[in-house]
Amino acid sequence: MTEETHTAPVEPAAVEEPLDLVRLSLDERIYVKLRGDRELRGKLHAYDGHLNMVLSEVEETITVVEINEETYEEVIRTQKKTSEMLFVRGDGVILVSPPVRTG
Amino acid sequence: MVCFYYFLVSTLRIESRNTLIGHQVTVELKNDLAITGILSSVDQFLNIKLDDIRVVDDTKYPHMMAVKNCFIRGSVVRYVQLPASAVDTALLQDAARREAQTPTTAAAHTMNR
Repeated sequence: MTEETHTAPVEPAAVEEPLDLVRLSLDERIYVKLRGDRELRGKLHAYDGHLNMVLSEVEETITVVEINEETYEEVIRTQKKTSEMLFVRGDGVILVSPPVRTG
Repeated sequence: MVCFYYFLVSTLRIESRNTLIGHQVTVELKNDLAITGILSSVDQFLNIKLDDIRVVDDTKYPHMMAVKNCFIRGSVVRYVQLPASAVDTALLQDAARREAQTPTTAAAHTMNR
């Protein structure tokens, strides 16, 4: 009896490399953490190997930590911006994940 | 760099022959300067030429008032805000899936198995 070895057929749904995880998020809302204490939540429409992305219905959260000059208390201020369609340059991307629910 | 080109080409140019060239976009730079203008051209590095520009916060950046058109080096761009009505999202998704299948530099290490 001869044993045949088959190379596994290409399974498009399989996660073989990290970017496949991003591919499976196409057309889903995702969370993107960016350099400069910025976070985005939006629906992913396109990406490439650089993690350049096109997102729609985007909410951007910018976190700024200010130090009160008298009390030296840290005041965390968040600023929110929205845009309907946004191209994001990949070099600012730190991580991509399903959206994190925060109150 | 092929994917860069794909990206701008597909996102901002082919984008279904309803090219985004000629549309108004807002380019936000890494130094927080945001410039709105008519997209004139884009290249493989994501360098962008804008015509008829206006700085979004011109009280903060008054020195840009006299500038009417500009070339922006791709590497200093953080975001480009696009007109949603001009973007065919189905087409973009197809393009992204096709791009994911073709091995790029990022995926090349998986090729030799």
